[in-house]
Amino acid sequence: MDYFIELFCSGLTRGAIYALIALGYTMVYGIIGLINFAHGEIYMIGAFTSFIVATVLSIYGFPLLAIVVLAGLAAVVWSSAYGYTVEKIAYKPLRHAPRLSPLISAIGMSIFLQNYVLLAQTSDFLPFPTLIPEFAFMEPVAHIVGSTDIVILITTTIMMLILTVVIKGTKVGKAMRATSQDRTMAMLVGINVNRIISVTFIIGSALAAVGGLLIASHIGQINFFIGFLAGIKAFTAAVLGGIGSIPGAVLGGLVLGLTESFATGYVSSDYEDVFAFSLLVFILIFKPSGLLGKAETKKV
Amino acid sequence: MKLMKTRKFVAAAALMLAISAPVAGMAGDTIKFGVAGAHSGDLASYGLPSVNAAKLVIDQVNAKGGINGKKIEMLVEDDVCKPEVATNTATKLVSQGAEVVLGHICSGATKSALPIYKNANVLVMSPSATNPELTYSGEYPNFFRTIAPDDVQAKVDVEFALNKLGYTKIAVIHDKGDYGKGFAEFAKSFLDKSGKAEVVLFEGVTPGAVDYSAIVQKIKKSGAQAVMFGGYHPEASKIIGMMKKKRLDAAFISDDGVKDDTFIKVAGADAEGAYASGPKDTTKNPLSIKAKEEHKAAFGADPGAFFENAYAATLAMVNAIEKAGSTDLEALKKALQTEKVDTPLGNIYFDKNGDAIGVGFSVYQVQNGKFVELN
Repeated sequence: MDYFIELFCSGLTRGAIYALIALGYTMVYGIIGLINFAHGEIYMIGAFTSFIVATVLSIYGFPLLAIVVLAGLAAVVWSSAYGYTVEKIAYKPLRHAPRLSPLISAIGMSIFLQNYVLLAQTSDFLPFPTLIPEFAFMEPVAHIVGSTDIVILITTTIMMLILTVVIKGTKVGKAMRATSQDRTMAMLVGINVNRIISVTFIIGSALAAVGGLLIASHIGQINFFIGFLAGIKAFTAAVLGGIGSIPGAVLGGLVLGLTESFATGYVSSDYEDVFAFSLLVFILIFKPSGLLGKAETKKV
Repeated sequence: MKLMKTRKFVAAAALMLAISAPVAGMAGDTIKFGVAGAHSGDLASYGLPSVNAAKLVIDQVNAKGGINGKKIEMLVEDDVCKPEVATNTATKLVSQGAEVVLGHICSGATKSALPIYKNANVLVMSPSATNPELTYSGEYPNFFRTIAPDDVQAKVDVEFALNKLGYTKIAVIHDKGDYGKGFAEFAKSFLDKSGKAEVVLFEGVTPGAVDYSAIVQKIKKSGAQAVMFGGYHPEASKIIGMMKKKRLDAAFISDDGVKDDTFIKVAGADAEGAYASGPKDTTKNPLSIKAKEEHKAAFGADPGAFFENAYAATLAMVNAIEKAGSTDLEALKKALQTEKVDTPLGNIYFDKNGDAIGVGFSVYQVQNGKFVELN
């Protein structure tokens, strides 16, 4: 039973991270129907920004809490700026082009950002500072669920709650929902659609940046390529939960994380990805729009 | 362009020949020393240091009057590390009358070239081909090498874990790559054969995954006293970090791919106490220091990959020719197997398969943020 709980906790941590990144995919898809392949790179840039800020601040001897908050803020702001700029440069000019064009543009952006970080920073793995300390009160259960796991779970939950409030309760959220339902109609009733799209990219990037900071301090290392696999997995999570649906992204992330964790624990880690992607295929066969996705009649 | 370079190289070699021939007197009075390997193309950086090494040693021998009154003549041929080119390279060297050959560099190219040398009774010594089969199969009695085969690392690590550390339950983990999985499979077979320890877990992890806590929990459940990891340092530092986080108290034993200072830099305090095998430390060997200085003086740069192995191989072959008094294969083999020779790799001789004894791997441990060789 202990073993089951251990695996469950590992799965939750993994799933929470997937969910944070998957939200960016699903929100962008919901608004403009684009799969933003550069999203994994935004996550990577968030991790790098927090790495640089945290390293510099720790040289100046700032207290740990200040470092975490400032590094997190810097990562959020910087990644959002990247997300915003990527949309303006690579997607906005293609708004009325065939669907395939922005998709290719997104892949190009992803390759560009990876190589940009590779050249501007380094190809080596860098040690990420321990931003989340080992809490003393966690010690009795540290072998099952560590301090970083708890922090990741709590932070993810808080981010989800804030996002839900923003989308359900604010004017911007209402405009986002309207744009996602029908862009032309939203424009007709006076919503500045371009601004709403930018806001969506900014929110998605901010969430990815938080994910980058959390996972980097959980595993203690970063390099320019970490966005690729995380991005692929998060995209899978988004599709699994129903792309375009926000609760779906969260559910998809958790289901994927738990599946991987249990596959490793009870079968073999050799088959971790086999199980994860078999699950995806299985769910899409029986529910093509994903777990919580709404069935679309529109031809793609 | 590649072809041009090769041609220039051949031309240069021919010119060298023309110049050196009159010095040596009659052309038939020289010992023809073939050097084959990747000298152009994307793997040239593995092959060219061997040419430099052979040239340094041979120039010294010739300056002292050669071996038993005969000068040595170098024949340099490129195989671009491709098996299909290597057969031509070998045929060319044999037809030019090469009596011994330093090479080839890549295992695949070496394997395809060896039958040709075998038919011509030519001694071949590689500084870098690590495929275990080349010596173990017994098919190539004319083949020797100054580098340890791939499975030696696994053997060294397993013997260390069983005999020095006395573990009986070991989890073998790898990164699913050729190198890591190869190491892990050798380690598993040695552990199974020893009968002293049980392999409680044998699994591959996905490189680059966001989190390794599930596999760490599984290792913990398996009751392993030690984790033997085949792969490179990025995954190793993630796994060892996660082991500390999940309070798993097991030793960490790994391979050459982990014995890298980046491992210590990234894993930080978590790396303390970890074991990794790596080539024996030669930096304190006076011959190694001398060979590197000679290279710097002659070529104005630090030597590249396998330089010391090639230097040692050339010394061993020169020594064997001198002791045997001829280039007859049987006489050379006997000399290589009985006469010890001082090289930058240490004092070496060869076993009956053709593998160098005295060359190989040591186990290192991270102590106070540095790899320390354990004896």
